[in-house]
Amino acid sequence: MRGRSGVAFMAVLSLLAWAQPYRVVDASGKAVEVRSIERIVSLDGITTEILFALGVGDKVVGRDDSSYYPPQVLRLPSVGYQFRLSAEGILSLKPTLVIGREDVRPPQVVDQLRQAGVAVVLVPAEPSVEGAKRKIRVVAEAVGQAARGDALVRALERDLLALRAFQAQHASRKLRALFLYLRGPGTTFVCGEGSTPVGVMELAGLENAAKGIRECQPMTAESVVAARPDVLVVFKRGLESVGGLEGLLKLPGVAQTPAGQNRRVVAMDDLYLGSFGPRAGRAALDLFRAAYLMDGFVEVGP
Amino acid sequence: MTRGLPLGRFRRYRLVLLGLVLLLALALLLGAALGAYPIPPFSIPGILLKGEGVEYQVLTALRLPRVLGSALVGALLALSGAVLQGLFRNPLVDPGLIGVSSGAALGAAIFIVVLPGAGALEVYALPLFAFLGGLLATHLLWRLAQTPWGVQVSVLLLSGIALNALVGAGIGLLTFVASEQELRSLTFWTLGGFSAITWHLLLAGLPFGLLAFLLLLHLARPLNALVLGEREAFHLGVDLEALKRRAVAGAALGVGVAVALAGGVGFLGLVAPHLFRLLAGPDHRYLLPGAALLGAVLAVTADLLARTLAAPAEIPVGVVTACLGGPFFLYLVLRYKREVFRA
Repeated sequence: MRGRSGVAFMAVLSLLAWAQPYRVVDASGKAVEVRSIERIVSLDGITTEILFALGVGDKVVGRDDSSYYPPQVLRLPSVGYQFRLSAEGILSLKPTLVIGREDVRPPQVVDQLRQAGVAVVLVPAEPSVEGAKRKIRVVAEAVGQAARGDALVRALERDLLALRAFQAQHASRKLRALFLYLRGPGTTFVCGEGSTPVGVMELAGLENAAKGIRECQPMTAESVVAARPDVLVVFKRGLESVGGLEGLLKLPGVAQTPAGQNRRVVAMDDLYLGSFGPRAGRAALDLFRAAYLMDGFVEVGP
Repeated sequence: MTRGLPLGRFRRYRLVLLGLVLLLALALLLGAALGAYPIPPFSIPGILLKGEGVEYQVLTALRLPRVLGSALVGALLALSGAVLQGLFRNPLVDPGLIGVSSGAALGAAIFIVVLPGAGALEVYALPLFAFLGGLLATHLLWRLAQTPWGVQVSVLLLSGIALNALVGAGIGLLTFVASEQELRSLTFWTLGGFSAITWHLLLAGLPFGLLAFLLLLHLARPLNALVLGEREAFHLGVDLEALKRRAVAGAALGVGVAVALAGGVGFLGLVAPHLFRLLAGPDHRYLLPGAALLGAVLAVTADLLARTLAAPAEIPVGVVTACLGGPFFLYLVLRYKREVFRA
């Protein structure tokens, strides 16, 4: 009997704990109180992925254009491009919590949502392992899943350990890799320091062949040749936009590089390679395997 | 179209003006009543009386400033366009030609890329920079066009083209050195749209906008005289220098405010005056208020479609203005062509 009432007491207590508002200090240093997580709108692809990994994916009622993983989010209404948002569109989904990157545009949308009584949590957007961990922790605290957030962070650290073990086993000459950002044959950029895919590349133990380039800049054929990349890394959608592997090798300068001559190209899913999230360790490991342990053209799925 | 007595002409003007006033009232009401957030139109008075809740916030903090702001921007662009077309006596003049739009874009780009643009300051300082950039560019053009015989309109136009090219190069350079985050601010800003308009912004821009209206609406008679040519207008007693000064200053103010509020929303300034001419006629006494009304109607309608068609997402408003104004404009031109060549 006493045991029963104890169980009941504990159940009531846990319910109370569950019903409490969650408090989180977000990327902008603001303390946000989240009263309810019943209806979440996510304004960023990696944030959506984290929400599903935390087990609160069923609470997500809206997404932005960059959220396409896990696949079931494609059924949700999209509020558009996260850097051209409208407050009323987001409010029409009647959210209780809106989570997005700290650099959403226009900035006044955040204030407008807060004035309408919606909790807005901004996550950091820095392209590094530390940034990924902070992202996971902020999202986890906002939805009251701190323990699962810690588990995700530990899983990320395990993936990174596995990656280092792999790298130690296969210590060989460092390969030079060049990341090309492609949006059609006329829109080609080379990315360097500060861009997310290059961050994952360096994590994977590849040397960044684009020296002295900050973020992404228009690609000139001669600079591609001068970079002498052993491997080219591209987004899958980028590769499609130039007409696949053959189209890529036809781009000026590509055929004259060691990577072009040996057809060594790694194409990875945009969200997998292009954002430091819970799968960053696995993405780096996949990229390492593709670059060091395989030959020719490799496609890496999420 | 009746090409009858002057009396019929005036009646037509008045009818079209009256129709536009009613249309604008209807567009404003529809704009306030419809949106992505589902609110039954008939419950709106009740919500407004209650004065609280999310619906009230959506109506008063999001929709109203947006609807009124888009009306103001559309009216200012169209009125500036009408006055400048009259001043240059060229129907192809866009308000951008006096350098104000590109100057504003350069001001905004400098703020975003060179100064620590991103962040809390962006909401107010960026429109201010754009506004000042636009006024400075126009002022520079004005000084360039000064000659011992007054301001030469042709020099003004030609230097405007040169300045636009130079500014384009400057913006291109800034785009090249911009970081990804700065680029996003830049694209948001150059594409234009009404989603960034808040009460604070609207109230900050309103006095300048009203000043522009005052300056420009007074120019109807001298612009009518100018249709005959500069010398004839001078003999009719028009102070040409004062007219040019007021027209350029008023248009720079008006377009400056419009660009500061909504970024680069194109097309309205060029097309709205023409639409009114085709609907009613070319008399500036009616054309100036008429173009302003028509510009407001077009802007409010385009914004309404932009924020409801793909809800909860939003279509760039420039796409909608072009889809809306383009075919209608073409239809009027073709009808006009048939009439003229049948005669």
